Amino acid sequence: MKIHIKNGRLIDPKNNIDSRADLFLAAGKVAAVGKAPAGFGAKRVIDATGLVVCPGLIDLSARLREPGFEYKATLESEMLAAVAGGVTSLACPPDTEPPLDEPGLVEMLKHRAKTLNLAHVYPIGALTVGLAGEQLTEMAELRDAGCVGFSHADVPLQDNQVLWRALQYAATFGFCVWLRPQDGCLAKGGVAHDGEVATRLGLPGIPAFAETIAVATIIELMRATGTRVHLCRLSTREAVAMVRAAKRDGLPLSCDVSIHHAHLSEMDLGYFNSHCHLLPPLRSARDRDALREGLKDGTVDALCSDHAPVDEDSKLLPFGESEAGATGLELLLPLTLKWALETKVPLAQALARITQEPARILRLDAGHLSAGHTADVCIFDAEHYGKVSADALKSQGKNTPFLGIELPGKVRYTLVQGQIVYDAGPG
Amino acid sequence: MRNPQLNDKGELQHLLTIEGLPRETLIHILDTATSFVGVTAREVKKVPLLRGKSVFNLFFEPSTRTRTTFEIAAKRLSADVINLNIAISSHTKGETLLDTVDNLSAMHADMFVVRHAQSGAPHLIASHVASHLHVINAGDGRHAHPTQGLLDLYTIRHYKKDFTRLSVAIVGDVLHSRVARSLIHALTLMGTPDLRVIGPMTLIPAGVEKLGVTVFHDLERGLRDVDVVVMLRLQSERMRGALLPSAQEFFKYYGLTPEKLALAKPDAIVMHPGPLNRGVEIDSAVADGAQAVILPQVTFGIAVRMAVMSILAGN
Amino acid sequence: MTLVLPDPEVLCAALVRELQPHVTADTALVGIHTGGVWLAERLHAALGIVLPLGLLDISFYRDDFDKTGLHPQIKPTQIPFEVDARHIVLVDDVLYTGRTVRGAMNELFDYGRPASISLAVLIDRGGRELPVAARYVGARLDVPRGHMLVLDRDENGKLRLKLDA
Repeated sequence: MKIHIKNGRLIDPKNNIDSRADLFLAAGKVAAVGKAPAGFGAKRVIDATGLVVCPGLIDLSARLREPGFEYKATLESEMLAAVAGGVTSLACPPDTEPPLDEPGLVEMLKHRAKTLNLAHVYPIGALTVGLAGEQLTEMAELRDAGCVGFSHADVPLQDNQVLWRALQYAATFGFCVWLRPQDGCLAKGGVAHDGEVATRLGLPGIPAFAETIAVATIIELMRATGTRVHLCRLSTREAVAMVRAAKRDGLPLSCDVSIHHAHLSEMDLGYFNSHCHLLPPLRSARDRDALREGLKDGTVDALCSDHAPVDEDSKLLPFGESEAGATGLELLLPLTLKWALETKVPLAQALARITQEPARILRLDAGHLSAGHTADVCIFDAEHYGKVSADALKSQGKNTPFLGIELPGKVRYTLVQGQIVYDAGPG
Repeated sequence: MRNPQLNDKGELQHLLTIEGLPRETLIHILDTATSFVGVTAREVKKVPLLRGKSVFNLFFEPSTRTRTTFEIAAKRLSADVINLNIAISSHTKGETLLDTVDNLSAMHADMFVVRHAQSGAPHLIASHVASHLHVINAGDGRHAHPTQGLLDLYTIRHYKKDFTRLSVAIVGDVLHSRVARSLIHALTLMGTPDLRVIGPMTLIPAGVEKLGVTVFHDLERGLRDVDVVVMLRLQSERMRGALLPSAQEFFKYYGLTPEKLALAKPDAIVMHPGPLNRGVEIDSAVADGAQAVILPQVTFGIAVRMAVMSILAGN
Repeated sequence: MTLVLPDPEVLCAALVRELQPHVTADTALVGIHTGGVWLAERLHAALGIVLPLGLLDISFYRDDFDKTGLHPQIKPTQIPFEVDARHIVLVDDVLYTGRTVRGAMNELFDYGRPASISLAVLIDRGGRELPVAARYVGARLDVPRGHMLVLDRDENGKLRLKLDA
């Protein structure tokens, strides 16, 4: 279908475009930017007056909960949430049940996602069988099945020898390994940042050095193996500084931060608010400020939603027994905009953190709107402010620390491969 | 954020933690407790205040001692008391905490006294129950034990009168201690200028200075010229492992002996929340000595719990 | 409303005269906080009673606890004598519904079994809701419902009646 998106403010960070320009789509691809190709007869015209038109968002961490946790969320509900949030591509970690450790599971997931015909799903395969931290998975087979990287999700990989071998093996094939840095022993039993608030509330702590020690280990193993590594969800000031130095040394390292950690700190735990039970834990305000600064200067490559829908019962427990995680797909754009407004980052630079940069990390031809390339588009109203409400969230998970908070940005249309997959309707 | 312990009128609806309570509320509880001390000393140790009310002792973590003091307090207020040791009943059957609470609410409970191993469990219950119900935290994880903090405060006021001139030392396993946290909040609220915590680094929580205390790792330096010494109980499972090598070594460096106590002011009092580990945190000569006020603490504890229950029930 | 309030000092003297013939070695006075205690202190001194004065705060025995909650300032009850076999005179400032007296008697019985309890009040304002009567009364006064009649004491210790709408 030929679509003409007119009068919008076109922002395409990769192509350095931020101007009033029309967009023409045909046969699932971008046909032209600015001027209509000769004889372009649009079947549908979208009036984007007052709206921003940008590449579809790319989320580096979204749990779809299938297979295994269908009572928390289903592929249907979460893929709808994705497109309602303007997300057209997402990477999902392997912490399903069973974990994504064999090609059949990955093929099934890819197939299920494809039939839904909404966002593109890029599975991250398990680094070890069953995420048990002992035996390597058949990474090459998993790559052939559709995995774009390998990770240990939030499960601690205690044995550094296994980690070393896994990195070596991944490097053999040029795979990227995604790691959330946390020393499992130092974090054992902890549920909150080991600091003032955990002490006040009497919650077992996870010290900041549980993260930095893991980052140091990973960086040394990278030097030894040359493996490309993506660090997931940094939470500490010191880790950002270590990544900055490692990048200066030329290591093939990238990293992301979750939207929650870019805005919240340990103080938000209030009186045991289990919506603020997250992995890694919310840290000090000083850490949060350093994460925001890292995002601004590019040390932190990307923002991700770290989407983790949790059923209500699993949150209605004492803080330490509640399940960690927050729903995020539909908040990725609003919280990115909020960060940009608060830190005075230009809109185009902010959008790069959720389009161009994650595409680069995933090595995808996505996250830009170049003629001849796939037309994944997000059209949103940057001026619209709305309160986050459980009813309005498409995700089956209603668990977010931002319930009731007013946030900027409302997605009006989402297009995947030139098809409108989400239309917010009038109003 | 609204203080979850107060109702719409700003009155005390639940007692979950001492932190964030108005100073006047604390004083009101202590003053009311004074009247109840008189009640517990007379022929009929009972007043009809809570007649017809049902107090449920919900102990998700076993503790005969604390449960008994709450039971006595409730009975002396003429309430009906139902004891539930949930650690060994429904929890093992997979019933969630809030399911249990809903069930008991349906039995027309008026007050829940909650002991739970998880910090914050009483907050969760308080946020969930109907508005006529009252929740008293009888100890949650490492977080708070407000009635213990209040009885400690009562004891200190009884013997030392003025909080604003005191030096108080809290000794031992501060990391895991809800008793320490509640007392720290209570004393800072009352304006105590010199509050010390003493213990090995492994038993002092991160950032505890932010609560308004000075940290000492040397018992002898920390005890110098204090008016009050509060010894904390060391749980037996923590006596050896990665936190401490042995109970013997702990006693040698952090146990309160007559010689160490001599470093405090001559009229210093010694407190302990009980049960005592003689020869681990405290020497028998101190525990049974003239400066120990450990048994009066228990007596005052009943009156303080009666005061808390009657104030809550009236709000 | 204009209501001429009697002088409590005069009424107090009248009560002393009324009580005097009934005082024995086993007579004990118990004042009910707050006004009753002021009055009882006067009577105790004027009558030369041997047993120490008892003080009652009936907050723990009030029947309207469910509606009003616990009084913010409770004064400790002090009964510094054996209650068993004593002739007790309860003293209060104003007798109205009778509910305070009921609470006071219940509390006294938690201390023991007195031989008798009688009641002395400065003012009986009518309006009883319980079968309670005072044996010694300073004055009877018709005070309409909705008005609060209480005893007040100034910094010189002088007693005064106060009527609030």
